[in-house]
Amino acid sequence: MSSVADRAYEPVIGLEIHVQLSTRTKMFCGCALSFGEEPNTRTCPVCLGHPGTLPVVNAEAVHYGLMIGLALDCELAPRSIFHRKNYFYPDLPKGYQVSQYDIPLAAGGRLGDVRIHRVHLEEDAAKLVHSGASGRIHGAEGSVVDFNRGGTPLVEIVSEPDIRSASEAAEWLRLLRATLRRIGVSDVNMEEGSLRCDANVSIRPAGEATLGTKAELKNMNSFRFIERGIEAEIARQEAIVRAGESVVQETLHFDPASGALTPLRSKEEAHDYRYFPEPDLVPVAPTEAMVGRAREALPELPAARAARFERELGLSSDTARLLSFRGELGDYYEEALGAARADGGADPTALASWVTVELVPRLPDGDPSASRVRPDALARLVSMVGAKRVSGSAAKEVLTAMAEDGGDPEAIVAERGLAMTDSADLGAVVDQALAANAAAVAQYRAGKEKALGAIVGAVMRETKGRADGGAVRELILERLSQ
Amino acid sequence: MSELLDLTAAQTAASLRAGEVSTDELFDHSRARAANDDLGAFLWVAEDAPPPVSAQAPLAGVPLAVKDIFCAEGVPSTSGSRILEGYRPAYTATVVERLAAAGAPMVGKTNMDEFAMGSSNENSAYGPVRNPWDRERVPGGSSGGSAAAVAAGIAPWAIGTDTGGSIRQPASLCGLVGLKPTYGSVSRYGMIAFASSLDQAGPITRDVTDAALLFRHMVGRDPCDSTSLDHPEEIELPQADRLDGLRFGVPPELSGEGIEPGVLTVLKDVLGRVEHLGGTVNETRLPHSPHGLSAYYVLAPAEASANLARYDGVRYGLRAGNGDLLSMYEHTRAEGFGDEVKRRIMLGTYALSSGYYDAYYGRAQRVRTKIVADFASAFESCDFVITPTSPSVAFRIGERTGDPLAMYLSDYCAVPASLAGLPAISIPGGLSEGLPVGIQLVGPAFSENRLLQAAHALEGAIAFPTGPPPT
Ligand SMILES: [Zn+2]
Repeated sequence: MSSVADRAYEPVIGLEIHVQLSTRTKMFCGCALSFGEEPNTRTCPVCLGHPGTLPVVNAEAVHYGLMIGLALDCELAPRSIFHRKNYFYPDLPKGYQVSQYDIPLAAGGRLGDVRIHRVHLEEDAAKLVHSGASGRIHGAEGSVVDFNRGGTPLVEIVSEPDIRSASEAAEWLRLLRATLRRIGVSDVNMEEGSLRCDANVSIRPAGEATLGTKAELKNMNSFRFIERGIEAEIARQEAIVRAGESVVQETLHFDPASGALTPLRSKEEAHDYRYFPEPDLVPVAPTEAMVGRAREALPELPAARAARFERELGLSSDTARLLSFRGELGDYYEEALGAARADGGADPTALASWVTVELVPRLPDGDPSASRVRPDALARLVSMVGAKRVSGSAAKEVLTAMAEDGGDPEAIVAERGLAMTDSADLGAVVDQALAANAAAVAQYRAGKEKALGAIVGAVMRETKGRADGGAVRELILERLSQ
Repeated sequence: MSELLDLTAAQTAASLRAGEVSTDELFDHSRARAANDDLGAFLWVAEDAPPPVSAQAPLAGVPLAVKDIFCAEGVPSTSGSRILEGYRPAYTATVVERLAAAGAPMVGKTNMDEFAMGSSNENSAYGPVRNPWDRERVPGGSSGGSAAAVAAGIAPWAIGTDTGGSIRQPASLCGLVGLKPTYGSVSRYGMIAFASSLDQAGPITRDVTDAALLFRHMVGRDPCDSTSLDHPEEIELPQADRLDGLRFGVPPELSGEGIEPGVLTVLKDVLGRVEHLGGTVNETRLPHSPHGLSAYYVLAPAEASANLARYDGVRYGLRAGNGDLLSMYEHTRAEGFGDEVKRRIMLGTYALSSGYYDAYYGRAQRVRTKIVADFASAFESCDFVITPTSPSVAFRIGERTGDPLAMYLSDYCAVPASLAGLPAISIPGGLSEGLPVGIQLVGPAFSENRLLQAAHALEGAIAFPTGPPPT
């Protein structure tokens, strides 16, 4: 029987993600969304919570919400309703947040290996700025409110607790972000807060089915912080349990600077939100036409695209995911592939590896659409490599030149004299190298295969890298067997 | 000129169209009367003449008194509360805008119970309103200022709001007609919310024709109010003088115990007139209606507790406290709200609290559903439900202020129709102890045309005087 101290524990993690939708206007009023405008210039009586004002649901937000629900393979509710979530805070102008509660827009879905519990619509709070050393409301010298953000449409996505490690959590969040970006409903920028993630973390003895007491982690605004925060929390809980104590249910604030997890004051946490149905709104009842429009608006999603790349093009799973999770890279790749197929060249696997390994580091700001390397030009370069008209190392030089000044691969190869040495010339160079390296030849013939490398190296030196290493090797072996 | 303001609005409109008086003269006259009002009916009176109104406009330029619950751009709008003292909205309520566009310019804002919570107008932060029939008595509430202004001949007509009787009960106590429309038929945008699922705006007028005329220009879907709907019928001006074939159901639950004998006498008299005009009178049961008041006093405060959370000192209105956030919340709300408002916020907060929600809010919603069903089955065997509007005539100022429950009972007969979202009209049925007694007709949803026709026929038979009360 194992003691508490050496038992293995399994983390159980669920994520709650808030996504700001990139609609034209706010959730319940006609104000345009704000992107760093002067404070309080994107406001109206409705989003300032003035007396007598009423909310009107933004149809575009519902459309985006339905797209998300469908993209996450959820069941769409025939009638979902809004509730009022009541609490006092200066960033909440009505004293309640309008949010979906017991009947969300969509529920019961899946993305990758993680099940989706629910997807619901709500409104964002305003932004508080505190002056003073603490930077938080407690101990602030003064506070001001910017209502520009208040009322921005939010979708909250809640996963089931299907995640088992911090890295899995970050990896799944990347898939979710890629999916949301691909369907075009949000900027999904964590630093700017258009994608925010909280994590519910608990641990349990490996193999047990019951869930342990969970802690909620807030304020992790990058993938790195999410991984670090969850790792720190798992370690903290393990230490508690191994010491024979119990984890307490609480909300923890992650401090990225120190890596510390500090409990939010219980006063901030001990809310009774007194939810009740929002009487100012009617239920959201999507018609077949609305659902149809949402379905039609969905492009191929990253997970499906990755699967297609693996299945149809034979790409490795890592390369396929890399190309699909960064949709713009996948788009570049597919355009290059189309060009390659049109002139019968470039192998999909080789092309994919040129895009992910060689092109990516040469991209300005990581943006393929800003690159001077046209997809068809890259495709022709890769075809030339495949046809042994240029060596791999020479092709990298060509790519660098194209990335700097654009241009045509054939022209650059010709201009710089990088064309592969043809086989007649190569034969002469090989013969020369065999003669000049009699010792190595003798060693090889005596069974020392490694000696071949010296002969190949001599050929490559002589051809200044314009020869294909494989072809050189083959030619040497051919000569030696004669 | 003075006599003009004693006419009904429709009669006044005819004088305006005939050129006997100009719209400006009439507005000035009404404004002067409002400014000199000694009933406490007005909280604000227009300083300038409105933009020119043509006498050919549908409402001909007949001035309108507007309950202070309606927002009007740049005009103080307090909802009778200290917490909104000095607040001037940046926008105008849809109903006020529609009526002004139709030719009924706002002459003043009328006094009311704070946030429409009350049945006597004694809960106003700006003092009580006196009933023109007896200045020692209340005009009813919460639209007490609107009712007093019309009854005293200060304004030809007015708009109020009704959450659980706040149009009908003051109309009843002041000898006027008050219509609470079907929930959703009039936009709530710009009406300072009390209980969102119950609040409806409606007319308070001297006769049924005026009510129809005003209501006709209030109805219709508003893109700013998701709960508003287009009325399925054009609102007609009622002409009926007979009730042939119409069945009137009298619910014993709302016409027996707890109703003053003098009020029951008037009801009996009106039922006699119904039969005389060709209608039939039968008993109809509304078995759950006695629980209406209890359900109402859970649901309305629950919604109010959230609706009034925005008055926090952050953005507008009163701000008090020592600068600390909690102190600002506590002092602003302690100083800004009156006792009744605080009582209802506490009731509502409690009813929604975790662990109590189902026992209070949930149960009250179930009662509401049963009341809806009661009316639906009643309307299988009758066209209208007829009851007294208020269990009593106007009571004395101060008489019920110490006893909230006695005050709440003022709305015993009015609340069931509010919970069911149904249209209900109160018309003067006669006098008891020299004071007006209102009779309420309730019809199915969107039956306003039929309700107004029946009320018009009854009004003709009752012949209650439309002029100001005898002095
Ligand atoms: Zn706005």
